[in-house]
Amino acid sequence: MVPTDLRYTREHEWVRVEDGVATVGITAHAADQLGDIVFVELPAVGAALSAGKAFGVVESVKAVSDLFAPVSGAVVETNGELAGRPELANADPYGDGWMIRISVSDAGELDALLDAAAYEAIAAEG
Amino acid sequence: MTDETTAARETPLAQRHVALGARMIDFAGWLMPVQYAGIVEEHRAVRERAGLFDLSHMGELYVEGPEAGSALARALVSDPRTLPVGRAQYSMICAPDGGVIDDLIVYRLGAERYLVVANASNTAVVSDALAERLDGMRVVLDDRSLDTALVSIQGPESVAALAPLTDVDLSTLRYYAAAEGTVAGIPALVARTGYTGEDGFEVFVAWERAGDLWDTMLEAGRSRGAIPVGLGARDTLRLEAGMPLYGNELDRGTNPFEAGLGRVVRLEKEGDFVGRVALEKAAAEPPRRRLVGLVVRGRGIARHGYPVLSGEAVTGTVTSGTASPTLGVPIAMAYVAPRDAEPGTMLDVAVREQPVAAEVVALPFYRRKR
Repeated sequence: MVPTDLRYTREHEWVRVEDGVATVGITAHAADQLGDIVFVELPAVGAALSAGKAFGVVESVKAVSDLFAPVSGAVVETNGELAGRPELANADPYGDGWMIRISVSDAGELDALLDAAAYEAIAAEG
Repeated sequence: MTDETTAARETPLAQRHVALGARMIDFAGWLMPVQYAGIVEEHRAVRERAGLFDLSHMGELYVEGPEAGSALARALVSDPRTLPVGRAQYSMICAPDGGVIDDLIVYRLGAERYLVVANASNTAVVSDALAERLDGMRVVLDDRSLDTALVSIQGPESVAALAPLTDVDLSTLRYYAAAEGTVAGIPALVARTGYTGEDGFEVFVAWERAGDLWDTMLEAGRSRGAIPVGLGARDTLRLEAGMPLYGNELDRGTNPFEAGLGRVVRLEKEGDFVGRVALEKAAAEPPRRRLVGLVVRGRGIARHGYPVLSGEAVTGTVTSGTASPTLGVPIAMAYVAPRDAEPGTMLDVAVREQPVAAEVVALPFYRRKR
């Protein structure tokens, strides 16, 4: 169920690291729990994020949920498609529903992220 | 907290909801479905076809006796004595200070027999208040909330789905009317009422017959494109229709006039009623605040509790808000200062400390085509 080539946070974000850049989104479990996603608020390109701190918001019809930075670094790209089609986060959470790309400032923080098995255990608890 | 308050009650349909894939939540002490297929899909089904709701958590209070009408006229702000048998009215029960204890539907079932339907969260409070206010009059209050199940079908296909199942003539049953008969062979009270802004019916039956009723109505409804609908879509549907939700638009600190529901208060009725003095004063004075509709024009969704700003100053608070599935824009209801309540007024909603533009609009947001 959970892609094994990604890393995860306890706050239900996924992370794909390529060449020092971390692509971040929310997991299918998170998207399913939120229900129909109708709004995604993302930071500006260039914004400096700190690991564990809120960087944006995802809203479903019913609920508002913070997005937390999995790692520290500068935002190098955001998914502009989500402004007009926030439902991509439900339909394709690990693909077209990605949210931001971060230039990772401290590679050591990546070690603190969960692997697929550990995340799956957390998701199974709800 | 005691065990009594922590264990949510189940309606007779709870296991069916789980089997249908519903996500269940504790709502007002009841285990209720918040969504099945998804709020937007369920919302659209009701607007375009039909949806089936379990409302068995709501309170059913029967009031019967020679003085039933005058007792209710004394206890509530409306005048149930003016109702013809077989008709219903939207009403409220207020505190002596004019604050709303609950909003209600009152059905006149007979010359001396009424049904008062209360919100699940307020049933005990309403039942107690009625018992106190009816004391000494020739009337019997019978709280049948835990013996009465309620299944509602709402949407343009409701008549076509329900008509084959009932001996009640739906073609002559008017909006806010009710008739006793059978549905799926089960003795039922069929009312043309709802909380969605669509045509639809509410079917009251005995608790133990609810499963059979639900199964039959769902099967008949499915042939018309109906799906089960949870509390999530119930909330977005009523919000588009501009209908108040107790706890959001209405509460003990709010009087009916501020909520734009002064028409419910029958000040001209004969006799005293609880709240009369305070409500006469509220009717005569300019309101402190007014309930308005907002359409968010900027980027963001206004939610319950967010401040509403006029320039730099706080003018009010959002009571309910969501992304409207029908209109495709964020909508909200809010209390604002009367000077900011005119449609067309541009205000801001503070969304996570950031001002987001919102325009005051007339309610409701959505009105069905007839």
